[in-house]
Amino acid sequence: MKFVRQVFAITRKDLLIEWRTKENLSAMIVFALIVLVIFNFAFELQGADIRVLGAGVLWVAFTFSGILGLGRSFAAERDRGSLEGLLLSPADRGAIFLGKAISNFIFISAMEGVTLPLFAALNNVALPWFPLIPYIVLGTLGFAAIGTLLSAIAASTRMREVMLPILLFPVAVPLLMAVVKLTAGALQGSASSQIAWWFNLLLAYDVIFIVVAFWVFEYVVEE
Amino acid sequence: MSAALLAVENLGKQFGARWALRDLTFTVAAGEIVALVGPNGAGKTTLLRTLATLTRPHTGSVRLGGLALAEQPRAARAAIGFVGHQTFLYDDLTAAENLHFYARLYDLPDAEARVRAVAARVGIANRLEDVTRTLSRGLLQRLTLARLLLHEPTVLLLDEPYTGLDQTAADWLDQILVDAKRAGRAILFSTHDLERGLALCDRALLLRAGRIVHDLPRGAWQNLAGFMAIYARVLETNR
Repeated sequence: MKFVRQVFAITRKDLLIEWRTKENLSAMIVFALIVLVIFNFAFELQGADIRVLGAGVLWVAFTFSGILGLGRSFAAERDRGSLEGLLLSPADRGAIFLGKAISNFIFISAMEGVTLPLFAALNNVALPWFPLIPYIVLGTLGFAAIGTLLSAIAASTRMREVMLPILLFPVAVPLLMAVVKLTAGALQGSASSQIAWWFNLLLAYDVIFIVVAFWVFEYVVEE
Repeated sequence: MSAALLAVENLGKQFGARWALRDLTFTVAAGEIVALVGPNGAGKTTLLRTLATLTRPHTGSVRLGGLALAEQPRAARAAIGFVGHQTFLYDDLTAAENLHFYARLYDLPDAEARVRAVAARVGIANRLEDVTRTLSRGLLQRLTLARLLLHEPTVLLLDEPYTGLDQTAADWLDQILVDAKRAGRAILFSTHDLERGLALCDRALLLRAGRIVHDLPRGAWQNLAGFMAIYARVLETNR
């Protein structure tokens, strides 16, 4: 229970600060909307096109604006010196990782919650909420977990804004391939058996990277 | 004085090829205040950060009470209170929210009562609902000390705690440290304010180039001028 209370304390603190400042989420949402609008004007996606290309458009918006939020996750802690306050406490490093990963997951999900309806409205498409939402949730989970770990690494470098995408995208390739395929499958109404391999890959990625990130976080944040 | 609460043995820390700390061995007893004195770059901050578990030593060992820092870091952290160059506070939270956050991280029972008690003790009870970014430097330092004392640590490590404090606030900090000494805590602090630091401490450790070059008991100096004479002589002979 102590571990859970510490995780909750860190997530609650991040949400409270975001509620007061509205810095991260507003930037993420604006960026995602700009991406959607640009793609909408560039490709004039309609009908069948949106079912083929829509998944890629959505995940470009999700990942690029998600990186904005992930980048600030540990950079802000380092800038104000509060990361050392966290490390000075007897809280398990795993609790710090999970607390930050959960708040990142919530921020990215909130951005996606605004972006998805706008995507549907701009492209005049009826979204198949099930199974689309579970796929997006699973994709976001893995992205937030590995992004949180790499954000902690990038925050300790001098070129952290550049470092995070450089570190994150190569590692996230399997996840992005799987979730884009699954999202496309959902938009096209594919049978679940046709995309089962990608679903398994996404599940495996989530489990492996959440566990790995949880265990290695201690070595990443300690000098 | 009683048994050593903080025991440091052959502690060493390297940055690249340079030894920032080398073969440091000393103890701080319960109810003892020890000042770390030395020129810039002597290793005072590195030593305090190493003892606070913020950086790992390359050689040696540290024990807090019965706890080995390397083997039981989490239990040791619960016994350490550290004030560094930064406040470790969140500007966008109120003073109360900051203290409650740390109370949760330290898993303190009856956090509400503790927050109120420690806030009253450092004189910010009427400013608990203020957002931290609106607090003055002095009030911020009080809030930092409230965070330090919140979990009732047995070992207090303070790096230049007088920086930015006016005369009144510095007097008040002295009182906090004297109270902590009476409560049986071990206190190790660095300072460039020698007059104030020497008036407070029971011993002074002179550091130079990462080594303890002299361990001076309180009786070794009569006044600041006497201490400065010893300090200059010690630094000269260890050049």
